[in-house]
Amino acid sequence: MTVRLSEIAHGRSGDKGNHANVAIIAYTPQGFQWLRDHLTQGVVGRYFESLGSSRIIRYEAANVLAFNFMLYDVLAGGASLSMRSDVQGKTLALALLQMEIETPGNLAEMTRPLVTK
Amino acid sequence: MKTIRIGNGCGFWGDNIDAPILLAEQGRLDYLTLEYLAELSMSILAIQKQRDPKTGFPGDLLSALKRLTPILKSQPGLKIVTNGGGMNALGCAEQARAILDAAGLADRKIGVVQGDDLLPELDELMAQGHPFQNMDTGQPLSTVRDRVVSVNAYLGAGPIVAALAAGCSIVITGRVADASLTVAPAVHEFGWDWNEWDHLSAATVAGHLIECGAQVTGGLWCNWMNAPDLGNVGYPIVEIGPDGTFEITKPNNTGGAVNRETVSEQLLYEVGDPAAYLTPDVVADFTQVSLEEIAADRVRVTTKTGKPATDSYKVSIAYRDGFAASGTLLIFGPNSIAKAKKSGAMLLERLARAGSAPEFSNVECLGGGDCVPGVIPATSDPPEVVLRVSVRDSRRAVVERFTKEIAALVTSGLPGTTGYTGGRPQVREVFAYWPALVAKTAVTPTWSVL
Repeated sequence: MTVRLSEIAHGRSGDKGNHANVAIIAYTPQGFQWLRDHLTQGVVGRYFESLGSSRIIRYEAANVLAFNFMLYDVLAGGASLSMRSDVQGKTLALALLQMEIETPGNLAEMTRPLVTK
Repeated sequence: MKTIRIGNGCGFWGDNIDAPILLAEQGRLDYLTLEYLAELSMSILAIQKQRDPKTGFPGDLLSALKRLTPILKSQPGLKIVTNGGGMNALGCAEQARAILDAAGLADRKIGVVQGDDLLPELDELMAQGHPFQNMDTGQPLSTVRDRVVSVNAYLGAGPIVAALAAGCSIVITGRVADASLTVAPAVHEFGWDWNEWDHLSAATVAGHLIECGAQVTGGLWCNWMNAPDLGNVGYPIVEIGPDGTFEITKPNNTGGAVNRETVSEQLLYEVGDPAAYLTPDVVADFTQVSLEEIAADRVRVTTKTGKPATDSYKVSIAYRDGFAASGTLLIFGPNSIAKAKKSGAMLLERLARAGSAPEFSNVECLGGGDCVPGVIPATSDPPEVVLRVSVRDSRRAVVERFTKEIAALVTSGLPGTTGYTGGRPQVREVFAYWPALVAKTAVTPTWSVL
């Protein structure tokens, strides 16, 4: 059984020149722990392999239950040179959130709390 | 405890043109900030100014200012801080002066912040041993020097604070760090010293959160279905206190949302190492920020630590790098994906036969999974897709040849080809981006009063 990463996290991505950052934010501390164990640099690198990134660095922001991935040289030239429609990598977070993951045993502790003020 | 309200009514050149006015009307603001400059905006503005020395800044600012004059009258304490001076802050401020004078606001002083434009002394600086090395490739700027069109240092809050201290109601700058537009009012109001890193860091977090306008109030939020009335989205306001703690919110009776999720998403937007967010004012640590939802659409943000600023400014350089164009056609099914790919290949083949094969090209089948190519594929035969073909070349004529070729597919292409209504694609000049650093000692930020 699999679920999408978006069941346990949300996020946002954007550009820095020819590089992109992809922030993935867990809904709960249990989800954050899952991200720490499973959403590694290697996993993200393989997922985006077709985009030709030169290297990937994962940064942690535990205060907001997030991991921030820097994908270097991933935008085919960046805002000015790139010939892609999404020259700024704005869709990359949504692409990563569509990743199918093995359903965690404690999924119920990771999904989005129902009430947001 | 005194707090000040700073609202950002513009997140980029192209943002909603009513937002500055609505936010000033509804926000009970002490300061309205307006942010217009993206990484490559300066190159566009530099070319504008070359053609007409009176231009070189986003005209949207002056249009907004005209509409803001009645509000500046009814709210005499309201101040505006904006980087809308672009490549010509002085020229922009002169026109702003005329607008205020004509509206009976001759008593309001306008501050002008300059010194970011390093192009006039670029050769001198390079001769002095400033290499402006590309931060990504390590190459010295000398490799593309003859094609450089703009060189701008990201200045900090310092000269803005000086202009505010001189009694300016409006401060117009060229390139400054986006967050500094918010840091400056806080420093001015609370009298922080330039080594109070924790306070500067907190204000930098505030500035970072609001610099993209509605992106923190519900825009782009992953859980958009929970954002009420997003069509009437409110732009962001921070209420910041003397210790740097602030609350982020939006005007009452507007749409969108401000909560832990929207603020978290924006906190990490366009951030590299979240523990070291570099601005000219401070090195902020976003991993020490805590968020607390204290009421509907109101989040309290507490920041613990900041570290000393570095001794360099970031410099954004643009240089000419050929020409480009993109064109689209609609390809209806069945087999729309295969037909779009074949159409793109035929187009490139025809350009090659004509002796105009472009140096770079890209065929996208939008609707067929080419937005994030190879990552999210199409799972069925879509009823239609958009074929988008882009070319880039150092030779303008090659790109022009492409713009004249694409429409031919409407008759000589595959069945289901349509959507050719916008005329031939435009050739655009390409400006490549060259990020660099320069020693702060090599740059002289200046300010003056109009």
